[in-house]
Amino acid sequence: MNLALAKNETGRGLSDSFAVARDRLPGTGKVAEARSAAFEAYESVGLPHRRIEDWKYTDLRASMRDVLPLAPAPDEAALKRAAAAVKLQSIRGVRRLALVDGVFVPKLSDLDGLENGVAVATLRGVLESGEATLQAQLLTLDNANPMVALNTAMMTDGVVIQVADGVVRTQPLQIIHVATGTTPAAIFTRSLLRLGKDAGATLIESYIAADGATTYQVHDSLIVAIGDNARLDHVRLVEDAREAFNISSAVITLGARAHFNTFGMTSGAVVSRYQATIAFAGEHSRVETNGVNLLNGRQHADTTLFMDHAVPNCASREVFRAVVDDRGHSVFQGRIIVRPHAQKTDAKMMTRALLLSDEAEADNKPELEIFADDVTCGHGATTGALDESLLFYLRARGLSEKQAQALLIQAFVGEAIESIVNDDLRELAISAAQRWLEARA
Amino acid sequence: MTALLEVKDLKVRVEEREILHGLTLTVNAGEVHAIMGPNGSGKSTLSHVIAGKPGYEVTGGEILFKGEDLLEMEPNERAAKGVFLAFQYPVEIPGVATMNFLRTALNAQRKARGESEFSTPDFLKKVREVAKSLNIPQDMLKRGVNVGFSGGEKKRNEILQMALFEPAICILDEMDSGLDIDALRVAADGVNALRSPERAMVVITHYQRLLNYIVPDVVHVMSKGRVVKSGGKELALELEASGYAQFEDAA
Ligand SMILES: Nc1ncnc2c1ncn2[C@@H]1O[C@H](COP(=O)(O)OP(=O)(O)OP(=O)(O)O)[C@@H](O)[C@H]1O
Ligand SMILES: [Mg+2]
Repeated sequence: MNLALAKNETGRGLSDSFAVARDRLPGTGKVAEARSAAFEAYESVGLPHRRIEDWKYTDLRASMRDVLPLAPAPDEAALKRAAAAVKLQSIRGVRRLALVDGVFVPKLSDLDGLENGVAVATLRGVLESGEATLQAQLLTLDNANPMVALNTAMMTDGVVIQVADGVVRTQPLQIIHVATGTTPAAIFTRSLLRLGKDAGATLIESYIAADGATTYQVHDSLIVAIGDNARLDHVRLVEDAREAFNISSAVITLGARAHFNTFGMTSGAVVSRYQATIAFAGEHSRVETNGVNLLNGRQHADTTLFMDHAVPNCASREVFRAVVDDRGHSVFQGRIIVRPHAQKTDAKMMTRALLLSDEAEADNKPELEIFADDVTCGHGATTGALDESLLFYLRARGLSEKQAQALLIQAFVGEAIESIVNDDLRELAISAAQRWLEARA
Repeated sequence: MTALLEVKDLKVRVEEREILHGLTLTVNAGEVHAIMGPNGSGKSTLSHVIAGKPGYEVTGGEILFKGEDLLEMEPNERAAKGVFLAFQYPVEIPGVATMNFLRTALNAQRKARGESEFSTPDFLKKVREVAKSLNIPQDMLKRGVNVGFSGGEKKRNEILQMALFEPAICILDEMDSGLDIDALRVAADGVNALRSPERAMVVITHYQRLLNYIVPDVVHVMSKGRVVKSGGKELALELEASGYAQFEDAA
């Protein structure tokens, strides 16, 4: 009874806002039809709650309660604050693509001198143009997941990047999401990266708040297609405001002999979920995914990975670490499916959680579904506190309790950060971890 | 003479069992004390309580350091005030780079004392000097703290820290165990170089040999949680010859 009521209320509130927002949402014809279908799919479920198995640890109906109204496009003052925030995050040698409150802002982006074979467009542009292939690719996401469906219905902008066959050694690209809103609002974005055969690229996704932005919702999605023999290095850093929500989905598909190395770290937002599907579509490909959650206060961060070994001879490594303080809650759900005929699959998953307080929580749900017989698959998990004898050794040398903890926490997450190949990006992750540590000192 | 460390009638429990049963010990500035005693007599327990290791319950007595109540201080405050313990079993800390650890520790101590922090070049220079004087190869400093170090290397790393931090009182818990003869001499030279009228050393050992290198002013015999006899350096020779049996009865 209560549930039904909650769902209806949520649904109705949003129905109105979907109707209101409609003329601000790009695309007509097929795109508009897809939006309506997606919205219906979303509405039939509403915000996911704990009785939906996949969302059992992250009950958005309880924590988010409502999807906020669509954020207005940023005005001059908002852009100014966004510029200041972006400046603090600028990374040497990286090409920036800025989305402010869900709108691509050329002024804050580096579009000059794009390498031959690298094309950047906006989601709005692609959805409004008649570009059928890209549009189709942007509309492939499955409505079965309500938050993906909602994103499809409401996506307003994003970037669409294409790297042509054989183009390597491209400048790293950073999609930086900046929220500026001082009134509660929701941001809906979707981006696409297509990496051609034998191509190579580095993609950074950063989520930050401009000074003054507090209560907002990020609803983002990313679609990646990695061509045969191509390589993508990916770093994702969630440093949203402490009262913000970040619900992001990603679908990554790899061709043959492709390589995907990804590192994600969440130290911001009050509630976040990153749900990623990584699918092997060609043989002899490899994925390394490393994740870190740094949580305190009442932060809740959920990483839900689905590794789909659909073809033989592929390898995947998932290493996930959580540091949880106060009443923080870290969730890792790792599902690995090895489909029939996907022989010689080598899939491993390891999670480690470090709990810094009695009320901190870390849930770990591994799921291995193996339908082939000649495979190497495994998973392991540990949960524990900081080692008292190590803490004492450091304190006996003059470090305060917080300093000693900080060194041990750095060491703990450092092993995951080491997986980042690019030196500058590794520095970026280290400084994000540093900011979290300094904030708790 | 000024008393640097005063342990008075100290009673300590670990997990409901009393280990130290009223231990008294006074160490003056400028002195070197040796503590000898059978396994399990409470030597490491005493050193841990002085350094502030959690898990020990002090049920009686007190410890004063330069007249201040040491037991009221956090372990890091004690370190900043000049208490240093070279551990019998130094721990390995994977992922914490030795140099980063040394710099953080040194600067934390200096900051707590209201002194200026070392700049990176000054710090590096100082570490290099100290490492060189102790025959510690640079590549040992590039690893994680004690990670993959041999027993002797770990002990040398303790002496390195002692030389770097220049504490007022150095408690060396079996620094000789695991050291080869040459390393022992180098480490002992390092300790002797730190001897000064303002500083004191407490050397815990099972072997008289170390005391040939680090010559003590006072030797104490500990047994069953108490100091049962104190004397000059000749007491160590006596023990070497006749063992602890005579004191076990006394305790
Ligand atoms: N954490 C602990 N829990 C239980 N008993 C302990 C603990 N720590 C020390 N003890 C006991 O206290 C007694 C004294 O131990 P301690 O390590 O201080 O001896 P020691 O004199 O340093 O011995 P050694 O010469 O072997 O180093 C021993 O009987 C030991 O088993
Ligand atoms: Mg001992």
